[in-house]
Amino acid sequence: MSSSITARGISISFGGRTVLNGIDLDIQSGEIFGLLGPSGAGKTTLIKILTGQLEQDSGTAVINGTDSRRLSGEERRRFGITMDNFGIYERLSCYENLKVIAGIYGVGKAEIYAALEKVGLADAAKTPAGRLSKGMTVRLKLARAFMSDPDILFLDEPTSGLDPVSAGEIRGMILAEKERGKTVFLTTHTMTEAEKLCGSIALLNEGKIVEYGAPEEICRRYDHQRMLKIHLTDGNEIALPHNRNSADKIAELIGSGRAETIHTTEPDLETVFMEITGKELSA
Amino acid sequence: MKNIAVIFGKQLSDTIRNKTILIQFLMFPVLVIIMENAVKIEDMPEHFFAKLFAVMFVGMAPLTCMSAIISEEKEKNTLRVLLMSNVKPGEYLIGTGAYVFVMCAVGMAVFAAVGGYGGMELVRFIAVMSAGIILSELTGAVIGLFSRNQMTATSISVPIMMVIAFLPMLSMFNDTIKSVARVTYSQQISELISDIRNSPASAESIAVIAVNFALAVILFITAYRKKGLE
Repeated sequence: MSSSITARGISISFGGRTVLNGIDLDIQSGEIFGLLGPSGAGKTTLIKILTGQLEQDSGTAVINGTDSRRLSGEERRRFGITMDNFGIYERLSCYENLKVIAGIYGVGKAEIYAALEKVGLADAAKTPAGRLSKGMTVRLKLARAFMSDPDILFLDEPTSGLDPVSAGEIRGMILAEKERGKTVFLTTHTMTEAEKLCGSIALLNEGKIVEYGAPEEICRRYDHQRMLKIHLTDGNEIALPHNRNSADKIAELIGSGRAETIHTTEPDLETVFMEITGKELSA
Repeated sequence: MKNIAVIFGKQLSDTIRNKTILIQFLMFPVLVIIMENAVKIEDMPEHFFAKLFAVMFVGMAPLTCMSAIISEEKEKNTLRVLLMSNVKPGEYLIGTGAYVFVMCAVGMAVFAAVGGYGGMELVRFIAVMSAGIILSELTGAVIGLFSRNQMTATSISVPIMMVIAFLPMLSMFNDTIKSVARVTYSQQISELISDIRNSPASAESIAVIAVNFALAVILFITAYRKKGLE
């Protein structure tokens, strides 16, 4: 598979503060890539650089074979972006919001309705965008990104602040786009989202990538974090490290009949991130 | 050209539902119809209200609308979406400027009809009003470029608009104000409209308007280079 997005040594500083420091990425065509990090880690800044909204101080970013600093109009059309700070026209209806961008891209009425249908907003086509709920607003922004049938989707925290049902529906839409062969660059601070959706992820902390790979691979690297959880007959639960030292204690619990169930727990991305940075991912 | 047409259409659909903007386009044209028909005072100059309100309209509507539209799009990050969708800053500004001009032209038509202009007078009236609208649009665009949000834009545009729109009226009552007001384009536009039936444009009026135009263009270029549309 070819790389859709390649970054080499991307660095940028604002007012003497380094926001990104030597970022290297290789995102394959047709995969969902997740960039995880706490708020302020530099996720949005990286999207801005990759999409040509911001110029890096050093390093190169190549999107579909073109330097992000030299993207032409036609090349920009090949990616769809939703960012939290991308506004909508609140007085215009959902249809009219899409019509503005459709006019610029030369996209027809049929595609506008198809995009609204895809995100489940067909019934709200005439509703002013200002009256939409947060979840519906995200859907409208996604419809705007999907409308020109782009090759790459940059989705900046698309499920942030949504209720679990809406977030699940948005994840379904993202997976459907992957099924259609689209490359998705997703930023999130929700590890479960990354585990469910992403083929590969990078953990970003204070402008640096601290881990990179498939989620399960990364978790496997931190196998020493594996624990044994023993549910006791008195209703309590104890956790022991998954090693030989715990054997005697387990034997004692089983022998005394106090152990009801024993489970192994794999380290998740949250645990890994905590171990590397000492911080919570969702902070 | 396609993108300019899209921006024009977007502004039409969007701001036509924006009461704050809409009132700017409608207030003086509606007011002039009411006042010209309702107020009849002995010795009052012919079409006094049409001439007075035309100048106020030129000083207020294009300036506040341009600054409000640009600053709102910046504040709500819709401008970022347009720029990311291959709309060039120049296309956005021309599309928005053309929309404001057309809306003001509708108001101008009301003033022309109420003022009873015809023939060469009408041509002169349109030329003078158009020059004023463009100058106010440039001033409004400069304010919009410098403002991060609508609140900042309003706090800058209101005093500037008051000076431009009301100085010609105040200069009727005070010679000192009149001597100061002579350097503003709105005062010259007021004088040109007052004399539209009697004489061609004075060299002073043309010179002041030209200097004002040059200053507005320089300010606009400076603001654009310094702030851009982001």
